[in-house]
Amino acid sequence: MADGAKHERRDDLSIVLCGQAGQGVQTVEFLLTRLLKLAGYHVFATKEYMSRVRGGMNSTSIRVSHSEVAAYLDRIDILIPLGKGAVEHVASRVSAQTLVLAERDVAGDGPVVKSCRFLDVPFTTIASQIGNKIYSNIVAVGAVAALLGIDLERLTDHVRRSFARKSAEMVEDNAGAARAGYEAASSLGVHDLTLDAASTGEVAARLLLNGAEAVSLGAIAGGCNFVSSYPMSPSTPVLTFLAQHGGDFGIVVEQAEDEIAAINMAIGAWYAGARALVTTSGGGFALMTEGLSLAGMLETPVVIHLAQRPGPATGLPTRTEQGDLELALYAGHGEFPRIILAPGTLEEGFRLAQRAFNLADKYQIPVFILTDQYYIDSYYDTPAFDLAKVGVEKHIVKTAKHYRRYAITENGISPRGVPGYGEGLVVVDSDEHDEEGHITEDLDLRVRMVDKRLAKGESLAADVVPPTLVGPRNYRNLVLCWGSTYHVVKEAVERLGRDDTAMLHYSQVYPLYDGTADYMTQADRTVIVEGNATGQFARLVELHAGVPADELLLKYNGLNFGVEEIVNGLTGLLKDAD
Amino acid sequence: MEINMFDMGDIDIAWCPGCGNFPILKTLKEAVAELDIDPTRLVMVSGIGQAAKVPHYIRAHVFNGLHGRALPAATAIKSANPRLTVIAESGDGDMYGEGGNHFIHCIRRNPDITNIVHDNRVYGLTKGQASPTSSLGFKTPVQVHGVCLEPFNPLAVAIALNASFVARANAQDREQTKDLMKRAIAHKGYALLDIFQPCVTYNKLNTYQWFKEHTYYLDESHDPHDRMAAFQKATETEKLPLGVFYLSPDKPSFEDNTGVYRDDSRPLYERDVDPAKLRGLMESLVS
Repeated sequence: MADGAKHERRDDLSIVLCGQAGQGVQTVEFLLTRLLKLAGYHVFATKEYMSRVRGGMNSTSIRVSHSEVAAYLDRIDILIPLGKGAVEHVASRVSAQTLVLAERDVAGDGPVVKSCRFLDVPFTTIASQIGNKIYSNIVAVGAVAALLGIDLERLTDHVRRSFARKSAEMVEDNAGAARAGYEAASSLGVHDLTLDAASTGEVAARLLLNGAEAVSLGAIAGGCNFVSSYPMSPSTPVLTFLAQHGGDFGIVVEQAEDEIAAINMAIGAWYAGARALVTTSGGGFALMTEGLSLAGMLETPVVIHLAQRPGPATGLPTRTEQGDLELALYAGHGEFPRIILAPGTLEEGFRLAQRAFNLADKYQIPVFILTDQYYIDSYYDTPAFDLAKVGVEKHIVKTAKHYRRYAITENGISPRGVPGYGEGLVVVDSDEHDEEGHITEDLDLRVRMVDKRLAKGESLAADVVPPTLVGPRNYRNLVLCWGSTYHVVKEAVERLGRDDTAMLHYSQVYPLYDGTADYMTQADRTVIVEGNATGQFARLVELHAGVPADELLLKYNGLNFGVEEIVNGLTGLLKDAD
Repeated sequence: MEINMFDMGDIDIAWCPGCGNFPILKTLKEAVAELDIDPTRLVMVSGIGQAAKVPHYIRAHVFNGLHGRALPAATAIKSANPRLTVIAESGDGDMYGEGGNHFIHCIRRNPDITNIVHDNRVYGLTKGQASPTSSLGFKTPVQVHGVCLEPFNPLAVAIALNASFVARANAQDREQTKDLMKRAIAHKGYALLDIFQPCVTYNKLNTYQWFKEHTYYLDESHDPHDRMAAFQKATETEKLPLGVFYLSPDKPSFEDNTGVYRDDSRPLYERDVDPAKLRGLMESLVS
């Protein structure tokens, strides 16, 4: 191995744990990421899992580095298989440099194991000596900590604190398991994976959270005080987070009987003055589309968190895709304005979820927060969010006696009253209605009402989030992407190291930023990267900016892009251009 | 409160002359006036259908939403502002057909709302097809051989779900209906009031006369706290009982169960995020 490559590995390691559901992969992810962060390293973690409660094969990928890391690598430096079949499950990511740390029984001696470095550590035997083989995963945590050169006391303190709610005996058993794993791996004489020491202060103070937590925290900062939803992967963690913290923030949390009830509750709640959220995935959102149209007609705000997974129908329930952009864009019968936000970074997830509530309230329209399984389940450390920059903007008015809910105004926005606040009556109707809100079949009035609703769409341009350009301003190649692919594309473009290539990331996909055509026409060659089979964002860009992309880089096998995969894809596409 | 407080003045009403909805509308205005409910505190919620137009004909706040979806909206409105009186009022097709799932789960949830259902056993707005409560054998342009589906029994379903208030009225009996409306609205918790309503255009079977001849009022011998007796009354078919079938009054309401109003009675629109708590929650994500 070349010295340069060796150095890269010591600065940026990719550790993968793989096992059956129920074997404690998640516990290992939790312990290791927090331990590494405490030790002063930047960490990133993401998981892929099967749609089952027990068995199957799940894996968690953890990156640890001295620099910020926020993207998934295909490469594996250390693989910890916790169950039989685990090595084969991730075989395509294993190379001759991959170190497999496992007991021989579990790893087997198939061609994949034979092709890489293998170290036999009897996790189960060690765990049994501690008292129970269920501690095998904790033994593995200890072994990884030893290979990376983490201080033993830091490891055992961390394990003790993490299990503090368990019985004293279990706390000591877990700490003992971690220590035994640490000692077993230390005796192997492997030193090439030891991380250079890090200073502990700076990273330790940063947040470590995933996309679901960023969106949930943003919703609370946006004044969310009502959430009604039906559980559906991968959107459920947002519902769970709000349920767990709802008591402290006065949030009404209701698991509805179906998604139809969920969105009709959210619209009813906004009507009565609450700030409501629904969180769902494609199939659930499909059931909400009539409700979406209702929000359009009533001009009632609503915020929809749509966490995408592959469809059609039930699709791949636990996998990722960016396949519901057009669903969000065109859902709902009739014509009415909407906003679609698609955060790329965790900070954007927080800031845009917060902003979604203000925008929905200001324009009285549906606002989407479009994420996906990869975004929801990916963790990394990031600076604390700037709470001074966000604030709840309420746009409700106290009504006067002859209040008219749909008073015609120039920008289409009628002052929104709520029942019980003021002397007026708040009348809303899913039928076409007059300015008071009562049902009408006056066709001239119909035209004025349509124009009024669409006028709001025109004024949305003022609040569009501009895309983020990364790389040289005088680029010749422009790589466009949106939503959860921000970090993988950014790192890939940086790795390409071309001074003629930049990335343009959209965290608001609709309405589309009106300078898009200028960005695209400056480039000799444009590539759009997205996680679907047909290039939905590319179509949107062509429709609204009038510029077709030259190339598409698409993925739709249910997994997220890896950095190397995009590097390879772009290398091929841009070579043709040179 | 004067009943004319709830009048809409000279408006165009979309019901057929002689429709059973007229006495229900008039009775409702009297009931809310006698209960002294200010129109600015009253929210009328409905879905779609002829009965679902009721909110447009009474001076109050109105949420006329989607077909079948009145109950989720009404539940949310009440839980966002418990100071409001919320009445979800619509027809049997809207509440028991399109909205059947919400009917079941709304009862389980027990919001403090009143659910008034105009039960005419036929679809009016779509011109005469069967409704969930249509009688067996009832012929329509769609059910050409007569209805063969077991009629939906809303009272029996509600009692099976331990609904907190279950009653039935006959639209033409205005005094009794008004009394039942007042009791339903004053009741804390979910209250179902199913009202027999003749449809003079599409239902030639269940006429004013038919309802008069096929109903009787429950007397003091019926104990509405006796669930088995209530269920038995709800399944009678020879003559149909009217009055309060069942009471399960001690259940906490949905709004109470949210916990949001335990220490703070303000409606949600008056509240703000506590920045210190938000900061604390964010900082809990440091590790």
